[in-house]
Amino acid sequence: MIEVKNIVKSFEGKTILHDISATFYAGKTNLIIGQSGSGKTVLMKSIVGLIRPESGQVLYNGKDLLKMNSSEVRTLRSEIGMLFQGSALFDSLTVLENVMFPLKMFTRQSMVERVKRAEFCLERVNIKGVNNLYPSEISGGMQKRVAIARAIALNPKYLFCDEPNSGLDPRTSIVIDELVSDITKEYNMTTIINTHDMNSVMGIGENIVFLNKGHKEWVGTKEEIFTAKNEALDDFVFASNLFKMVKKYVVKENLESFFDNKSGK
Amino acid sequence: MILTKSLEKFGDYVMLMTRVFSAPDRWSEFFRRYIAEVYKLGIDSIAIVVTISLFIGAVITIQVSLNIMSPLIPAYTVGLVTRDTLILEFSSSIMSLILAGKIGSNIASEIGTMRVTEQIDALDIMGVNSANYLILPKIIALVTFIPVLVVFSMFTGLMGGYLIASFTGMISTAKYIYGLQSFFVEYYIWYSIIKSFFFAFVISSVASYYGYNARGGALEVGKASTDSVVVSSVMILLLDVLLTNLLLQ
Repeated sequence: MIEVKNIVKSFEGKTILHDISATFYAGKTNLIIGQSGSGKTVLMKSIVGLIRPESGQVLYNGKDLLKMNSSEVRTLRSEIGMLFQGSALFDSLTVLENVMFPLKMFTRQSMVERVKRAEFCLERVNIKGVNNLYPSEISGGMQKRVAIARAIALNPKYLFCDEPNSGLDPRTSIVIDELVSDITKEYNMTTIINTHDMNSVMGIGENIVFLNKGHKEWVGTKEEIFTAKNEALDDFVFASNLFKMVKKYVVKENLESFFDNKSGK
Repeated sequence: MILTKSLEKFGDYVMLMTRVFSAPDRWSEFFRRYIAEVYKLGIDSIAIVVTISLFIGAVITIQVSLNIMSPLIPAYTVGLVTRDTLILEFSSSIMSLILAGKIGSNIASEIGTMRVTEQIDALDIMGVNSANYLILPKIIALVTFIPVLVVFSMFTGLMGGYLIASFTGMISTAKYIYGLQSFFVEYYIWYSIIKSFFFAFVISSVASYYGYNARGGALEVGKASTDSVVVSSVMILLLDVLLTNLLLQ
């Protein structure tokens, strides 16, 4: 479990995060949603320690990241996997070498063991036959999956995904969402996803934190979004005509049946 | 204002270097990257060093022979002046300025692109000391390989002079070679190599600093690359004055 308490962060005198507190649960897909510029990425980077907030706490199972010494941070980092918006695969390494990279840096495994583990991770994300290709030679969707394979190579306890669906077509987006959700359950990870993709919110949002202009506006589940009484959330979630229609249908009909139909039950 | 900004940047640079000069996470990985960087930064630069040195050696020979054409000055002086010009200044300082353009922009744009595409963030998230992992092999590779480039430059520069002497007949090759051998001071070679160590460090570390701190997109990577070349060139010139004063007094 990860808790953030009273996080404040400014850049050049402009406050980006205003006193943010939230809890992210293990075994659940926790979503941070909000418009572009609402502070989602800054919050995520503050949680993983890439950005140091001015005040507040980032608690990993009760232990504050901001008070850890360098060896504790290093240990924690080995328990974190992250999927970046642009995949952030290393250009100079092949797909297999990318997945083997964390194993090479942080384990004493032999070459054979590393290859075996990397191949297992690639199979888990349904990637086959591209082991020796470079990231620039595979599609965006495949790059995301390879990045997920790299992120889970060390069996992390925490998985962070920064806009995992950006630049992907709707079908591939669903594949990535389901993959992240399945892996979260399978390894009981604490997964935090930054997104403004409403399909992701409706598909895998088990614990949703809504940010608006750097403020935490709302927390709830995907089911609760429909009945939430928050104007900013309403404006954001139901901005498109499609979702306006969905809301109309859901409010008129039955909320449970909507999500049952969506998950194919 | 400019002074404050410059001091801030220098402070950032020193902070980055303290992160760079720490023990690598994995020595085997460091050596693998070191070899790759020697190839990329050093061996790949031999062609440009040889080409430029060959032509500059030829040009210096022509210029000297045209400018000191006098019955009072012995003809072998052409060889002597060409040799000392190449060894004392061209092969270390001027060649380093050229390498600041080639290697410096390469390093700054490579690391800058890794920064803006979040590859450096990915390394940091994994717990890898990204500054050490990316920059140290580059600095060590260039510092250890630059004497090879300097010696190549000296040799091919002198060869350029020899070839132009034999093709144009401005000066006999025998006199040119006699000039090369006259009043030879071995220390000048060492002086040139010692200077090049400093220049190699400046080229690789300044370019890495600008690349590592690039923010934004392609435009910023381009700017980081340009800034690195400008700053390292100025640093090389300043260091040249300082080191010449120190080493040749």
